[in-house]
Amino acid sequence: MKPHPELKQYLAQRQTRRTFLGRTSQGLGALALASLINPGLASVAAAANRDKWTGVVKPFDFPPKAKRVIWLTMAGGPSHLETFDAKPKLAKMHGQPMPESFTQGKQIAQLQGQKLVCYGPQHGFKRFGRNGTEICEKFPLIGSVLDEICLVRSMTTEAINHDPAHMFMNTGSQIAGRPSMGAWATYGLGSDAEDLPGFVVLTSLGRGGQNQPIAARQWAAGLLPSRFQGVHLRGKGDPVLYLSNPAGVTHAQQKDVVDAINAINAKYDTIVDDPEIATRIVQYEMAFKMQTSVPELMDIKGEGTATLDLYGCQPGDGSFASNCLLARRLAERGVRFIQLYHKDWDHHGGVKEGIALKAQEIDRACMALITDLKQRGMLDETLIVWAGEFGRTPMSQGGDGRDHHNAGFTVWLAGGGIKPGMVYGATDELGYAAVENPVDVHDLHATMLRVLGIEHTKLSVKFQGLDARLTGIAGKTITGILA
Amino acid sequence: MQNLKVRLARGGAAMVGLWLALPAVGAESISYNRDIRPILSDTCFHCHGPDQKTRKGKFRLDVAEDAVKKGAIVPGKPEESKLITRILSKEADEVMPPPESHKPLSAAQKEILSRWIAAGAKYEKHWAYVPPVKPAITAEGNPIDALVHQRQRELGLTAAPAADRRTLARRLYFDLAGLPPKPEEVDAFSVDLAPDAVSRLSEKLLAAPQFGERMAIGWLDVVRYADTIGYHSDNPRNVWPYRDYVIRAFNDNKRFDQFTREQLAGDLLPGATQEQKVGSAFNRLILSTEEGGAQAKDYEARMLTDRVRAVSTVWLGQTVGCAQCHDHKFDPIKQRDFYSLGAFFADIEEPIIGGREPGMLVPDATQAAELQRREEVLARAQKEYDTPKEEWLAAYRTWEAEQTDGAMQESRWTALSPASVSAASGAELKLEKDHSLLARGKTNVTETYTIQFTNGVKDAVAFRLETLPHDSLPGKGPGRGASGNFALTEVVATVQRPGQTPSTVQFVSARADFEQLAVPAAQSRPLTGARSVIGGPVKVEPTGWAIAPQTGQPHQLILSLSAPLTVHEGETLVLELKQNEPGLALGHFRIGVATDPAETSGPLRFAPVKEIADLLLIPVAKRDAAQRDKLFDYFKNGAPETAAARKTLAEARKSRDEFVGTIPHCLVSATNSQPRTVRVLPRGNFLIETGDIVQPALPQFLAGEETNAPGRRLNRLDLANWLVARENPLPARVVMNRLWKQFFGVGLSRVVDDLGAQGELPPNQALLDWLACEFMDSGWDVKHMVRLIVNSEVYQQSSVPSPETRAHDPLNRELAAQGRWRLEAELVRDNALTVAGLLEGRIGGPSTKPYQPDGYWENLNFPTRNYDASPGKDQYRRGLYTWWQRSYLHPSLVAFDAPTREECAADRNRSNIPQQALVLLNDPTYVEAARALAVRMIKEGGEEAGGRIAWAWRQVLNRAPRPDELATTRALLAKELAEYHADPGAAQSLLKTGQTPLPGGLDDAELAAWTNIARVLLNLHETITRA
Repeated sequence: MKPHPELKQYLAQRQTRRTFLGRTSQGLGALALASLINPGLASVAAAANRDKWTGVVKPFDFPPKAKRVIWLTMAGGPSHLETFDAKPKLAKMHGQPMPESFTQGKQIAQLQGQKLVCYGPQHGFKRFGRNGTEICEKFPLIGSVLDEICLVRSMTTEAINHDPAHMFMNTGSQIAGRPSMGAWATYGLGSDAEDLPGFVVLTSLGRGGQNQPIAARQWAAGLLPSRFQGVHLRGKGDPVLYLSNPAGVTHAQQKDVVDAINAINAKYDTIVDDPEIATRIVQYEMAFKMQTSVPELMDIKGEGTATLDLYGCQPGDGSFASNCLLARRLAERGVRFIQLYHKDWDHHGGVKEGIALKAQEIDRACMALITDLKQRGMLDETLIVWAGEFGRTPMSQGGDGRDHHNAGFTVWLAGGGIKPGMVYGATDELGYAAVENPVDVHDLHATMLRVLGIEHTKLSVKFQGLDARLTGIAGKTITGILA
Repeated sequence: MQNLKVRLARGGAAMVGLWLALPAVGAESISYNRDIRPILSDTCFHCHGPDQKTRKGKFRLDVAEDAVKKGAIVPGKPEESKLITRILSKEADEVMPPPESHKPLSAAQKEILSRWIAAGAKYEKHWAYVPPVKPAITAEGNPIDALVHQRQRELGLTAAPAADRRTLARRLYFDLAGLPPKPEEVDAFSVDLAPDAVSRLSEKLLAAPQFGERMAIGWLDVVRYADTIGYHSDNPRNVWPYRDYVIRAFNDNKRFDQFTREQLAGDLLPGATQEQKVGSAFNRLILSTEEGGAQAKDYEARMLTDRVRAVSTVWLGQTVGCAQCHDHKFDPIKQRDFYSLGAFFADIEEPIIGGREPGMLVPDATQAAELQRREEVLARAQKEYDTPKEEWLAAYRTWEAEQTDGAMQESRWTALSPASVSAASGAELKLEKDHSLLARGKTNVTETYTIQFTNGVKDAVAFRLETLPHDSLPGKGPGRGASGNFALTEVVATVQRPGQTPSTVQFVSARADFEQLAVPAAQSRPLTGARSVIGGPVKVEPTGWAIAPQTGQPHQLILSLSAPLTVHEGETLVLELKQNEPGLALGHFRIGVATDPAETSGPLRFAPVKEIADLLLIPVAKRDAAQRDKLFDYFKNGAPETAAARKTLAEARKSRDEFVGTIPHCLVSATNSQPRTVRVLPRGNFLIETGDIVQPALPQFLAGEETNAPGRRLNRLDLANWLVARENPLPARVVMNRLWKQFFGVGLSRVVDDLGAQGELPPNQALLDWLACEFMDSGWDVKHMVRLIVNSEVYQQSSVPSPETRAHDPLNRELAAQGRWRLEAELVRDNALTVAGLLEGRIGGPSTKPYQPDGYWENLNFPTRNYDASPGKDQYRRGLYTWWQRSYLHPSLVAFDAPTREECAADRNRSNIPQQALVLLNDPTYVEAARALAVRMIKEGGEEAGGRIAWAWRQVLNRAPRPDELATTRALLAKELAEYHADPGAAQSLLKTGQTPLPGGLDDAELAAWTNIARVLLNLHETITRA
């Protein structure tokens, strides 16, 4: 048995690709396109550069206002009525039947077929910021930076159950298999991170025990290539799956193994001239770099007491606050899209105690993230979004909770491209439906892309013969909140 | 870089531009389908196409008459055609397509539209909607070769030479078995130069059971087969027998038309077999939810749309899903078609929200025989039990008399409802609905309960104290003592009448059903029974009524009065229950009165449960048969005389049930005679219930009127029959196009999931049509088609394209070379396990769980779940048997692009990402495989390092190592040996990876060093590439 019985054939054709690339003059456009589809055709030498995805948005459709997104997903559906949307009228109507004019023909989740009774806000509201905007008194630290924040009190969504609602908020579709917004952002813009993925996800649990499941599809690349999928950085075990060397293999030994693989692959490439091989080599180098860069990223011990105190976290505590600090570190390293999930907002019961607990978990962390980014001069170039997958009913569930609700709730944005210290839109006097400047999920996506410099109708990919978009066939930029 | 399955369409350039840049292909004759429709469809039809809701200017360009009537097209006269003047316009408000559509036409596109109109503007029906016609082939040999080579000749392309034998052998093994060949098999094939060598090898592989496993992978993707429900809790569902059905179908070469019928309507086939019903599990592979608050109408709509998308992807290659909310923008699919197609599935019996079903039993022949045996044993035991015996009847008569007496007694008692209660200790006494009192709170002290009744009593002759068990009490009560005992010391009854001194009620006797008379060893003081509670103040010895050891069951104490007692309303009857033993208070009890003197003496009986008591109170002569049977059954269920027969019966039932638990179950389709109502949902919104109600109907644009009017409701079998009818233009093409992709890496029409207007007209349509016709003509014979493909020269040619091919056909659409690609996710695993000698080759069975990082499922909930890796041989089964958790698919499968199967996936990505490197380097599966391969290298590869390396290369790549490979690995080996000799602990740690026991007699450091050499080999690009 010889090495490569096919060698002769390969060698005979070894020159061909170079020749092809060297002498071809026709169809440069075709070649450019072909190289987009199969970049191996474009260059052999600079595999690493070639494999660096720099995005399809060239040039920008708008001057970009933010380089990256930090999306704080409050999973479970936070009550807008105990956070950012003050409703004194609802307090007055507490215990009275919910007027049917509000609810008729609307989607209802667990309250299906039940008597609908108004349930007043369970916490007081206080005025914060230079405009004296009222938010729940349980969030005084967010209140202290309210002048940096734009509250959107007229958010709506189509879905009313957790799983489809997350899917809709992340992908703009309730059908599984569409790319998550982080995948779209990295597909559109690439990433500035040298040795980290462009789309990173962190999750944390709340202490209230209402931790709804989250599917990995929420950060999937869907119909986009897998390189755009979100990488889940985990608080326990390997921060990235399979990141650690096998037991008994040192860092140096792993490098020797990777070097040997790459050396043999490189030689093989000279024989069979397959562009996938150069890419493979680049990916092994990237993987090996991640084995160092990710643990270094995750290690917040060197942050110093002042910073740890600002966020209110301890190294390794796996808290939302820790994840906010990690988000800043990821942002510093050029990661394009950073998504945090903090669970436990599903307050079908005990909304009063539940929100108080959630406030303890996120109030300081959110303030710290904004403050920290600002003092590092990064807030202007970072879009922060705080959003649940839906809100909660003004009606009581079980006497001390609220059901899922999609007709009106609050999200907030801060940072690059967003007008700070303002309130946009409003719900009706009972906090049921968005009545002033309603915003839907597609609008929020369109606005996010706009801030990144992308016209949402132009960021598309062919799928099953159609131009698939994050915003589907809808979406309008919320120009009223753009700085 | 990824081989993008999606076409990157920024700026709308798409494929059209690419093709126009090629040397003019048949430029002299413009084809509407090839050259014009793609442009119109992509840039015009959205506003001037099939969807009337988005149609603008009230005219359409997809129908020739409309376009001509409106003057958009004047055949032969481009300069007079509005279409041309508008696309050439420089005015922003005039030019078409409008700038805001972001779909500008290129100069070349404008020109070809103009030439097409000049040439007469001839429209053609969309190619895929015209039934395929088998091209006549005059050339000798394999028709595939004839059709491919003919086009290559026309285009001036030359086919690549035949692949070398090693490459070809590996290709055939990977494509037909999904596994690598053994070196000996490659050797044998390499020297076998007979003309039928490929034919013989492919026949061997087609006949092997691994063929079905290989073919199943793609089918399971497209039907979105998975082990879990998908939404929210993503809990398991039983469907794996369907996976094995698919494997069997390919191995048995089941006719594809029959395969189709069984999956859509196996349950509706006459005399449906178990196998056919299992096939119908296809209809159950949808996503479903158990989420609280999910709305049935919402999920009914989701399930319908899920199924329509599946049928249209799997068999029609159409994006019918687009018509959920509106008429299709590009294809003539109406929204009504969408819902009518969905209505075919409205009969499927299933819970909409949250119902878990075990599914149908699916025993194999052995299991079926054993199940029958146990059923027969059970039937005999049942019969024995059901046949009355004389001694049972005798015992029954006694029982009946006693129970009737008990029922009579009970009927004479009335429970008294207390007006107030108090406990001297401060314990709480809670009044229950049945007038009983339940104690909780303070205990371990002496106690007196004082209970007042104000509702009056008339002519009472006796009081009854019932003590009742309760789950909240120790030992279920009825007392509060540690084991459930109590000790009632004294009962005092007084009547308080307004203006009178309270009078004490005199008792003459006290009887209980059971009395604790013996003094337990631990009890220091004697108890003297029921009689003592009416004995007046405590005397020398503590006395009382207690019931140990008969705790946990009810008891009663009856106190007869010296004279009938009447207490009027406004007067108060007070009962004091004194309990002088600390901690032995009553826990749960009730007070009642009787007026019938019969209750003052005679044996004490308990009443049976109410429904039996009610029956017993019916005079024997008046009981009907059902009532008599019910009484007798009740007796049999508890009587000591029937215990033996009962035990036999229970054991037989348990034996049967336990065996059933070991038999696979599978969700299957079953039809409900009351199908769900299906309405057209405006904008797809399930809340709008004003849409037309639709009946099952075939898509109008494909099926004729008659097909849809058979005079009865169409069912799933009608749908299946229509799909595989000879005149249906789509399914055979769709299936052959996907099959082609499996053997060449790309479909003949590149967009394998859309053969509609937005898909790609296959460059070699004649070949696709020939394959489709041959497929149908052969009796839908899948193996026949595979055989034709792999025996063609086109299949067997080298995967290295020639310079001309690269220059003129960079995407290799004309097949002048084979394709090369990274193995599918499952096969990456299978390959490593095979060369390591670890693969467990058993076909079929429950899904298995390869090692998975701890905590990967941490975000699953309801319930939270642990992942337990499969023990023993199950750990080493092929990748296609991996537990398919839709919301968290196994991460090493995800890394290599296995789809989550939440949606039908006809076209897997083939990415090249860092996670793949991390998996192959660090996943214990691959580390263990490397270690096992290293053991083989040491044991079978000879003594010398070079020999071992050569042996390993031969096993894994079926070739000798190159000098650079030898040098690299030798150098690495020397270094690793030194390092592991210096650190034996590290060597041992590495060797501990995985469940396979280490063979004895090997040096740890040496094995660890060789393990790293094997890791290099398993990570090579060539190792995971099919060329």
